[in-house]
Amino acid sequence: QTVTVEVLDHLERLALVDFRDSEGVERLQKAIRFADQLHEVNTDGVEPMDSVLEDRCLYLREDDVTEGNCTNTLLNNAREKVEEYFVAPPGNIPLPKLEERETFLQGS
Amino acid sequence: ACLETRFQVAAALKEGHVTPTELCQRCLALIKSTKFLNAYVTVAEETALKQAEESEKRYKRGQPLGVLDGIPVAVKDNFNTAGIETTCASNMLKGYISPYNATVVQKLLDQGAVLLGKTNLDEFAMGSGSTDGVFGPVRNPWSYSRQYKEKSVPKSHSEDKESNWVITGGSSGGSAAAVSSFTCFAALGSDTGGSTRNPAAHCGVVGLKPTYGLISRHGLIPLVNSMDVPGILARCVDDAAVVLGSLAGHDPKDSTTIQDKFKPFDLPNLTDVSKLSIGIPKEYHAPGLSSEILALWSKAADLFKDAGAKVIEVSLPHTRYSIVCYHVLCTAEVASNMARFDGLEYGHRSDTNKSTASMYAATRREGFNDVVRGRILSGNYFLLKQNYENYFIKAQKVRRLIANDFVKVFESGVDILLTPTTLSDAVPYMEFIKEDNRTRSAQDDILTQAANMAGLPAINVPTALSERGLPVGLQFIGRSFQEKQLLTVAKWFENQVKFPMIQLEEVERHNHGVLQHQKSASFS
Repeated sequence: QTVTVEVLDHLERLALVDFRDSEGVERLQKAIRFADQLHEVNTDGVEPMDSVLEDRCLYLREDDVTEGNCTNTLLNNAREKVEEYFVAPPGNIPLPKLEERETFLQGS
Repeated sequence: ACLETRFQVAAALKEGHVTPTELCQRCLALIKSTKFLNAYVTVAEETALKQAEESEKRYKRGQPLGVLDGIPVAVKDNFNTAGIETTCASNMLKGYISPYNATVVQKLLDQGAVLLGKTNLDEFAMGSGSTDGVFGPVRNPWSYSRQYKEKSVPKSHSEDKESNWVITGGSSGGSAAAVSSFTCFAALGSDTGGSTRNPAAHCGVVGLKPTYGLISRHGLIPLVNSMDVPGILARCVDDAAVVLGSLAGHDPKDSTTIQDKFKPFDLPNLTDVSKLSIGIPKEYHAPGLSSEILALWSKAADLFKDAGAKVIEVSLPHTRYSIVCYHVLCTAEVASNMARFDGLEYGHRSDTNKSTASMYAATRREGFNDVVRGRILSGNYFLLKQNYENYFIKAQKVRRLIANDFVKVFESGVDILLTPTTLSDAVPYMEFIKEDNRTRSAQDDILTQAANMAGLPAINVPTALSERGLPVGLQFIGRSFQEKQLLTVAKWFENQVKFPMIQLEEVERHNHGVLQHQKSASFS
């Protein structure tokens, strides 16, 4: 049961990384086949485990400001900035459709 | 004539036989002459020497900060280090200068340790060979040891000796190689599926994976939040214990650290093991386990038995699903954790400026290697609405079964589990790269990663040399937060096996005639 092009396209949009070539797609197929072994295990009545520390309370501290004032240090690592803002290209523009963008999946 | 362990060094520093600056310079020189190992991504020469000078002033005043004052250490390049580049061996973070120190790095510096540099790894700690980073593979120092060279038969005179070198294992290969080649006394690694213990086994050093929640992950660039831990690499168990003592404890900046007060401990010299119950999990006799390692494992079990300990076979029935479970949970958490790399606030940014979505996509296409991209895509697949229940939730259920296996065994009276760490000794690089990263990781993590699933402490202790002259280690797995017991047993075992020292030309050259041989402070 292979993954459809629709799902592959969907994954590229969600992950914002590309499959690059047939090897990339094959890698996913292999990963799924490998993961399918999980279905051999009987998990009736078993609760999912989020964390090994589930029996303990997470530490919550007082809602007081303890650090900050490091604007310049943080801005130093950004490539595009204006005054104290990180600059992003325009949002709300969806990734081009499969037919229109540069992706290996186009040929499929 | 060499200072092998931190203990020996600490004594030497205290008595003034060697100064922190001399020690630092020696290590820096050794790093230069072992450059071919490619263990270091960044060598922080200037800051290290400054730190060494400060340490020297403190020793002269008779006020060292503690046992780690003046001790040269190295840190895996996925820990943030203020003012020093942190790359995770990826194009995504090339040029990224950390604005802060990871808590564990800060703790080491507060104790006066001298940070020599950042060590090489698989890109974003994904891998079991330390071969898939953007700065190239790390070479196992044992490839150049007399012990290995004596055993390897060159196929022809013209054969490039260079192509015979073996991998360090991974992903903390740089840290393991750095400790193994004497360029530092301890190093930090990280351990998500075995990334500290695996290279420790291949490089013949002690590799400790602490209990999840004991040591702060703040500043450790995360892979799998529910399994990552900082790891400790050192040349002997005592040294690992000392580093553990300086790192463990609650960190308000990491809410997944437990709040129990941590008491640093000295390791007792165990002489009587008759009250100990050692469990041998039969499922760890995994397919592909070399007959050599099987024999060593058996020999080790006999060692305990002959010394009076109770050695029993136990079962961890879900062991064989542990690697599959890990594969799903790891890729799922990775898909989430890698989402922060979009080029806006730090790291690589693509020149594309049409839209945020296309800029993010281009940045990530340019910044991540195949392995990282593959895991992100797989992880996203398992997290799709139609797959969530069948894969992600299913894996979380299987995780509980795996953790419960351990609980049952420890409840039945077993104190420590003894298992192999790796399936074989280190393979040559040329052979290793024939299989892809995912396949390799699935094979190599098989013995180490269940401990990460269950959050248990585990340690690799170098045991013996293989027929090829390469290190083989064995693994001890302990109960949650019982590091003292785990390390005590590991130390006893270490004393029994007396693992040989690496005979490396570069190391001998630097140590020659410089200092008198010092006996370790722990045995007199």
